[in-house]
This record gives sequence, C-alpha cells and structure tokens, in this order.
Amino acid sequence: MDQEKTWKEIPWGGLILDAGNAQEYHTGDWRTERPVHIMENCKHCMYCWICCPDSAVIVKDKKMVGVDFDFCKGCGICMKVCPFDAIKMVVEGEEGD
Amino acid sequence: MARSMAMAGNIAAAYSTKQINPHVVAAYPITPQTTMMEKFSEYVANGEVDTELICVESEHSAMSACVGAAAAGGRVITSTAANGLALMFEIVYIAASNRLPIIMCVMNRALSAPINIHGDHSDSMGCRDSGWIQIYNENAQEVYDTMFMGVRIGEHKDVRLPVMVNLDGFITSHKIEKVDTLEDAEVRKFIGEYEPFYPLLDIENPVTYGPLDLTDYYFEHKRQQVEAMEKALPVVKKISKEYSNYTGRNYDILESYHLDDADCAIVTMSSTAGTTKFVVDKMRSEGKKVGMLKVRLFRPFPVEEIRECLSGLKSVAVLDRSASFGGFGGPLFNEIRNAMYDVDGKPSIVNYIFGLGGRDISAVQIEGVYDRLMTAQAKMPGDVHYIGVRGD
Repeated sequence: MDQEKTWKEIPWGGLILDAGNAQEYHTGDWRTERPVHIMENCKHCMYCWICCPDSAVIVKDKKMVGVDFDFCKGCGICMKVCPFDAIKMVVEGEEGD
Repeated sequence: MARSMAMAGNIAAAYSTKQINPHVVAAYPITPQTTMMEKFSEYVANGEVDTELICVESEHSAMSACVGAAAAGGRVITSTAANGLALMFEIVYIAASNRLPIIMCVMNRALSAPINIHGDHSDSMGCRDSGWIQIYNENAQEVYDTMFMGVRIGEHKDVRLPVMVNLDGFITSHKIEKVDTLEDAEVRKFIGEYEPFYPLLDIENPVTYGPLDLTDYYFEHKRQQVEAMEKALPVVKKISKEYSNYTGRNYDILESYHLDDADCAIVTMSSTAGTTKFVVDKMRSEGKKVGMLKVRLFRPFPVEEIRECLSGLKSVAVLDRSASFGGFGGPLFNEIRNAMYDVDGKPSIVNYIFGLGGRDISAVQIEGVYDRLMTAQAKMPGDVHYIGVRGD
C-alpha cells in the first residue's frame, strides 16, 4: 500500500473508488498460524475453496494445489471444514511443510 | 407569482422542504420540531411531493437513514432539536466526514436535565466541531430562504458538507410571521438538479463508504474536512449574493446594523438580533452611537469579516444563548474575542450569557447592556456576565 500520499491526493471521506482493491492489501501479514496442505489425503472436493473468506485457496486444473500466503490470514476455517484431514495448521516459524 | 404567506418558522421550513422536493426525508418527532414534520407528512400524504418519507424509531436512526440515502445519491433533508440532536450525535459526525450534503433544520432547544422544551443554543453548539456548516436564522423568512441557499452551499463541488439550518425553538419555530415565498418553478431553477458525487446506486462505478481508516490516513481525511470548511466560506458568500439578486432579499454571512459610526455594539445570533435591532433604533433616535452585529454563519467562522466589522469600535458585548461549562465564556464569545486578539486598537470585549431554557430577554435588558458599554468608557470589569438569571 502506498502510504506516502498527501491529503490533496486521496478521495475525500476515505471513500474507496476502485472496486476490488483489497487485492493490493496483503492481509497475509496478520497470520500467526499457517495451513499446511497434505496432498495425499486431498480429494479436491473444493470445500476449502468455497469456505475460505479470503479466496486464498489456489486451484489449478480443477485441483487444490496450495494457499496464497499473501492473503491467507491463518484463520483455520479450511482445516476445520476439510472432511479428509488434508489440511493441518502449524504455528508460523515452528514447522515446515 | 410569488406570494406573501403567514407562516410559523416550522411551517416555513416544511414549505421550503416541499418546494425542494428532496428524494428522502427521514425524521423523528421532537418538540419544538414536531409541527414541521407534521406539515411535511401532510404534503407526502397528499401526494404533493415525490419524497420517500422514512418514519424511523429514533433520531440516531433518522440521521443513519439520511446518511444511507445521501450516500446512495439522494438529496436529503431532516430536522430535530435538543435531545434528538444529542441522540444523533455519533451520526452527525459521520454525515460530515462522509461529505454528504444533508440539510438539517435544528429548532434550537435546551438540553436536559432538568427537562426543558424551550429555546437556547446548547444543542447545536454541542455540534460546533462536528464538521457541519451552521447558519443561525433570525426569523421565519430567513429560515425559508436559508433552506434553498443551504442546498446550493452543501452541494457545491468545493464544499460537499452537510448544512444545519438553525432557528430558535418556539420563539421562531412557532411564531407566525409574514413570509415572502417563491414559486415552485423559481425554487427549482435556483437549486437546480442534484448531481451526486460517488453515489452507491451507480453500480457501474462501485464505491465503498466508511472503511477502516487508522493512523496512516485518518489525519489526512480530517485535514480535507478543514479545507472543505475553508472553501465553504467564499461559497456561502457567493450563494448568498446570488440568492439576494434572485429574490431582492439581502443575505450575507453577517448582518451589521448601524455599525459604521458606532462606539459600542452587541454581537449576537438568531431571534435576539431582532430584539436588539429594536433597541438600536430606539437608542439611535436618542442620539446614542450603538450598533449590532448579527452572526448568521457560525461554521465556518468568518474571522476576517468579523475583524472588519468590529475594528474601530470602543467596546463590544457578545451575547451567548448557551453556556460552556468550565470554559472561558460562551462559544460565540470565545470565537469573537479570539478573532479580535491580534487587531490593533481592538475594542474591549465582554460576554453575556442569556436566555437559557427559553428565558425571555427583554428590550430593557439589552438597553441595559448598551448603557453599561457606554458608561464603562474603557474596559468593563469582569469577562463573563449573565442577563436575567436571579442572583446574577
């Protein structure tokens, strides 16, 4: 995010005029826990993709292939809803995937 | 053809609202505002306006509905008084901060407790830092005319701020006076079609109102509001002049009355200015050099213009119809003496608090203030005085 703009350069009242600019705001900065995808358990049912509030589940060729960590806030909803134990949460910096 | 009509201040406010024909009116009844909304509801029921009238469950909801309707892109009007304005307080700031040109009539009334339904300025003075333009009106004619000017001022592209049209509760809201009116077509011509900025209903250009704004940008948005208020001052002047030319009724941000060769003057607002003019006329006929300055525009406060009007006087009494508990005098006094501080040869300036809870102020009492100003020669002893309270 550009933090350098003066009061003369920004829309009044804090209005956001460009739709979809949440893409420029990397909410992944907030994360303390990280989802880890366990590929061998995954049936690619897309339930995590439907439930993710930040659209951070990456899908390629109809397969769940990973998580966009620029936007994943680490809320753990994907882990909670997964019927196949294909996602686990780990504390950031404590365990690799 | 324009007609003269007999109207109370509230009816003048309702009739001008009808002529503006706003998209949305959301209001909740409160004395002494009620008769305005009663009359306006009648226009709605009779199909005389196209307005969507929203009858809400509180003033907090009234202003919230106004904010939503204005953000959607509508021309919006509401009205309240005293405790109703106090209940709105949170959303009053939001209306200004979102730069929504809502018009609100405030029939100025004392705040509780103890409960009192009569006129003083404690309600709107509590909102003086809310970011609303505030215009204080002497009589029903001024209320009627200021509604149309208010629409143009608030909607001006350099301003985009809400406008509070103040009138004294009961004194002006319920007193029947002669009001010269405009034809509907003349009103429409003056106010023009509303051009909303960033309306929510423009689905081709989606916008977000009211996002989170923390340490990184909030200050910048407040700085913009300061700028909007500064830009509002010349706009109020320009539109007042335009309206004066349009109707032949003279309006400005201030009204000076026999100030040019005056030695001493009273500065006041709203209906008390009318009483003060009567006293000035009487004292002038006795050869006394007294004058009056009526402040119509309180926000933005016209510092330079005040300096021009009051320089050269020997002494000035500022009459405040509200108290600022623990402050150094009333709000109008604060502004006036602050504005005059750096003026060479400035007059001595004292404060009188009067009329709280609708206590009458008489011509005799106002004449007493002038007498004291004239006999004191230099500075009057004391800074803050009271008129009409038992025990002083």
